[in-house]
Amino acid sequence: MSGIPGLLNYWVAVFLMMAGFYVVIAQGNLIKKLVGLGLFQTSVFIFYITVGKVSGGNAPILSEGITAYSNPLPHVLILTAIVVGVATTAVGLALVVRIQEAYGSVEEDDINDADQEAELALTRQHDGKPGDAGT
Amino acid sequence: MLFGIYSFLTAALFMDLDAVDVAFTEAAVGAGVTTVLLLSGLRLTNRWEHRPRHGRLVPLIVVGITGAALIYGTMDAPLFGDPDAPAHRHVAPRYIEQGPQEVGMPNMVTAVLASYRGYDTFGETVVIFTAGLAVMLLLGIQQGPSASPGRAAIGDQPVLRVVAKFLLPFILLYALYVQMHGDFGAGGGFQAGVIFATGFVLYALVFGEGHARRVVPPRWLHRLAALGVLIYGGVGLVSLFGGKAFLDYTVLAHDPVHGQHLGVLLVELGVGVTVFSVVLAIFYALSGRKRQA
Repeated sequence: MSGIPGLLNYWVAVFLMMAGFYVVIAQGNLIKKLVGLGLFQTSVFIFYITVGKVSGGNAPILSEGITAYSNPLPHVLILTAIVVGVATTAVGLALVVRIQEAYGSVEEDDINDADQEAELALTRQHDGKPGDAGT
Repeated sequence: MLFGIYSFLTAALFMDLDAVDVAFTEAAVGAGVTTVLLLSGLRLTNRWEHRPRHGRLVPLIVVGITGAALIYGTMDAPLFGDPDAPAHRHVAPRYIEQGPQEVGMPNMVTAVLASYRGYDTFGETVVIFTAGLAVMLLLGIQQGPSASPGRAAIGDQPVLRVVAKFLLPFILLYALYVQMHGDFGAGGGFQAGVIFATGFVLYALVFGEGHARRVVPPRWLHRLAALGVLIYGGVGLVSLFGGKAFLDYTVLAHDPVHGQHLGVLLVELGVGVTVFSVVLAIFYALSGRKRQA
């Protein structure tokens, strides 16, 4: 590992995480936000796996002639996290699809506008009772 | 598409970092399933996006500050590959040194996954099951023109048909191998379930979803997903009635190591069944839905 600074793995994870974070907060499109979350998630995976790596270690499958193994615990955690991640992404996608059907758009701004209009209409119905606007 | 390539690169990176099991999962899940799901999601929403109304400067500043804080936090972190890092000192030595004797299988990842941390994995299986339930509640599996046999979304592609027909048995066989061989080599229920589901997704994409739905009817999937969780929980209950703790597999056979082996095999089977049926059910739900408005 000579020539590479020993903290590089953390920096890569931080960079990816921030890239995902930026996509989540800067993009208005909900699908893009999901992709950003995916990026964020992978950065955590990379962080865990690099923490589990031992120099000179091998894959944690017992075989003769090998004395150093990488840490199997982060592998287990991330292995399950990946599959759980795809399941939760699917739930997010399902929500986005329902939003698209209800609002006709998956843009944050459009959804906000539609919500505000609906709220205004509700206030007008109640005719001078602004306290009921949110109900 | 780019996301799929990204996942594949991540998998290659994990491989290099000795995490073969994880690389396997990432390759199957990220490059295979997530891409298909995202594309089906995109199909159901608008094709083009608008520019967001707010500026990009504020998010950039927030991200920059957070990133700088995190980088600052890594300054004291242990160096990459350091064998004395705190992460390697607590429970990992026991898993590595005693695991092969206690659980009796060479793949430590599987041993930790299914035996030492069986509770975690049970919880995660339930999470996957719940996610499947949530998608079913939100979207349901619809019947429609795309669900009748004989129509593939991509049209009739003879080359793809022949290649897919040739590959499918191997994909399914490989999934079974991964399922059963998880004790010795890389693999296990999570990967096997995903690969098995990918095989059917490929079939549905090339031959039309109607045909796939005939092979694996959607109504089975709900039951299969529940069955997987029940297998896992049932193994736990059996060990409970055997006078040991929940998910302590030593009671399953006369020899503790054999018991562990049997328990891990059964538990992985439960995981595989749940993962397979949830992934396939999610695919059906997203791809079978008609675009509205």
